[in-house]
Amino acid sequence: MGDRKKILDVKGLKTTFFTDDGQIPAVDNVDFHIREGEVLGIVGESGCGKSVTSLSIMGLVPSPPGKITGGEILFQDKDLTRLPEKKMREIRGNDIAMIFQEPMTSLNPLFTIGDQLREAIKIHKRDWSKKQINDRAVEMMRLVGLPRAEDLMKEYPHQLSGGMRQRVMIAMALLCDPKVLIADEPTTALDVTIQAQILTLIKNLNEKLNTAVLLITHDLGVVAETCERVIVMYAGKVVEEGPVETIFKDPQHPYTRGLLQSVPDMRFKKDRLYSIPGNVPKPGTIHTGCKFAPRCEFAFDRCINENPDLYQTADNHKTRCFLFDPKEATAHDRTAIKS
Amino acid sequence: MAQSAIDKNEMNAEKVAGPWKEAWRGFRKSKVAVVGMGIVFFFILLAIFGPLFTPQGINEQNLTNKLLPPSNEHWMGTDDFGRDILSRIVYGARISLWVGFLAVVGSAVMGSILGILAGYYGRWVDTIISRIFDIMLAFPSILLAIAVVSVLGPSLRNALIAIALINVPNFGRLIRSKVLSIKEDEYIMSAKAIGMKDNRILFSHILPNSMAPVIVQGTLAIATAIIEAAALGFLGLGAQAPSPEWGKMLADSRSYLTNAPWTMIFPGIAIMLTVLGFNLMGDGLRDALDPRMKS
Repeated sequence: MGDRKKILDVKGLKTTFFTDDGQIPAVDNVDFHIREGEVLGIVGESGCGKSVTSLSIMGLVPSPPGKITGGEILFQDKDLTRLPEKKMREIRGNDIAMIFQEPMTSLNPLFTIGDQLREAIKIHKRDWSKKQINDRAVEMMRLVGLPRAEDLMKEYPHQLSGGMRQRVMIAMALLCDPKVLIADEPTTALDVTIQAQILTLIKNLNEKLNTAVLLITHDLGVVAETCERVIVMYAGKVVEEGPVETIFKDPQHPYTRGLLQSVPDMRFKKDRLYSIPGNVPKPGTIHTGCKFAPRCEFAFDRCINENPDLYQTADNHKTRCFLFDPKEATAHDRTAIKS
Repeated sequence: MAQSAIDKNEMNAEKVAGPWKEAWRGFRKSKVAVVGMGIVFFFILLAIFGPLFTPQGINEQNLTNKLLPPSNEHWMGTDDFGRDILSRIVYGARISLWVGFLAVVGSAVMGSILGILAGYYGRWVDTIISRIFDIMLAFPSILLAIAVVSVLGPSLRNALIAIALINVPNFGRLIRSKVLSIKEDEYIMSAKAIGMKDNRILFSHILPNSMAPVIVQGTLAIATAIIEAAALGFLGLGAQAPSPEWGKMLADSRSYLTNAPWTMIFPGIAIMLTVLGFNLMGDGLRDALDPRMKS
């Protein structure tokens, strides 16, 4: 599993927003990679930079005020951050596709589903015949489990339910057989029952088509169900990275632990749900030290003065916390966090 | 098989409730709007076919019959040259509607282009275009029209150009604000995410989606344009004698207000009815199109 080829390699990515209040590093030195056919989850609270990360990959960071200020995004030996817009357009939708949070507004209300699907194919397959394009659209609609695909092609977005529209969006994203599918909170706007269906669909398509999926979410339940590997982000930085079982069984970073504790567990009835004290700091307000330190119950003086590195704690497991710095002698703290 | 599916698609196209059909359904609900549309259609038909049935040629003078009150022979009386007022009003409908329509199409096209550029590209493009609009809107519109006509010289054509010009900022601002909000819609982002080009996004996504308010504004603007054309005609800056332009007819009848009021009343009613029709229809359209095509 570990020897599959890296399809997308993000190295030291920095995306900064230049605002009137100064420079705000929304994504700060983020490293990660996706292998072929893998499902990678990025988890974090709103404002932690997960969406900006995905938009950076697509080259769609709203500019101004946003700009990629450092690092590289390697896709098939090409650095996407340096690619001219024209080449980038050929990659978007064709090699890397993206679906968004809000299926209700992700389709143009004035055109039929069929028009929009055919248009999406036409952009990249200029030499296809009308019949080929139409067949492909219908085939994709069937693949994403839409019943009576031919009829739906003639319908308008407002005639479809949210779940159906998200299926259409997925179909549209996969029309040109992309190598990577970025799904930015694909189920957040949907009913819980529909959520499960869409996640199963994404997982099935990932297995069937071998499309790598970058799943961005704030919902740990979604991650547990779908992903192989997880990245936890906090305030623009990766704070923990590892296989999904490890993260759930042995969370190391205090933030990850906090997130897991905040998930309601039906087995234990508690009076109050756990919540991490405080809020995500406004990006750019914490300059030195660990960005989580002000909210962390294990924070000590080093946390406030120094920036922690991403420490390798196991084979595939990395944590950005001084408690896991091999040089840090206070091993008893680590045992404290375990209990 | 897929070929037959496409054919079927085309055959059934009528049955699918598209956004426009949906809007028509909403429009029909308002009786007042339908009445407005009735008035508008009446005047359009009058403008097209009316001149075929008028009792007298528009410029046919008969000085023995001057300033006759309404009668069986002259339903709306005659004017100071003995011309049949009904015939002139029927022909005047052609002028007024034509001027209103052309002026609005002109300003809608110019306004849409400028508004889309300003809204989509923002920055200095937006600054320049928006400031020009602001300057134009700082003048009362009829004053601006008078200024334009005095530069170009008084004639119906120049009045039309003036009216088209002074209405550009209204459309431009409308489209600009619409584009600004559509630009943030997620289907624009997803269009970018499938690799669509900028100009394609502008024309296949942003333009059609910003058209609804333009249609509403356009219908209402025809009403104002007709009034403005009449006003310019009245001031002697628009249509010139012997044109049966309604505003011009009003101006010519000023001296006979007390002894032959019909020379003024009927052109006045014609202007009022047309404007009313367009306003009612515009309001109905606004109600049908504005609440963002309820699903």
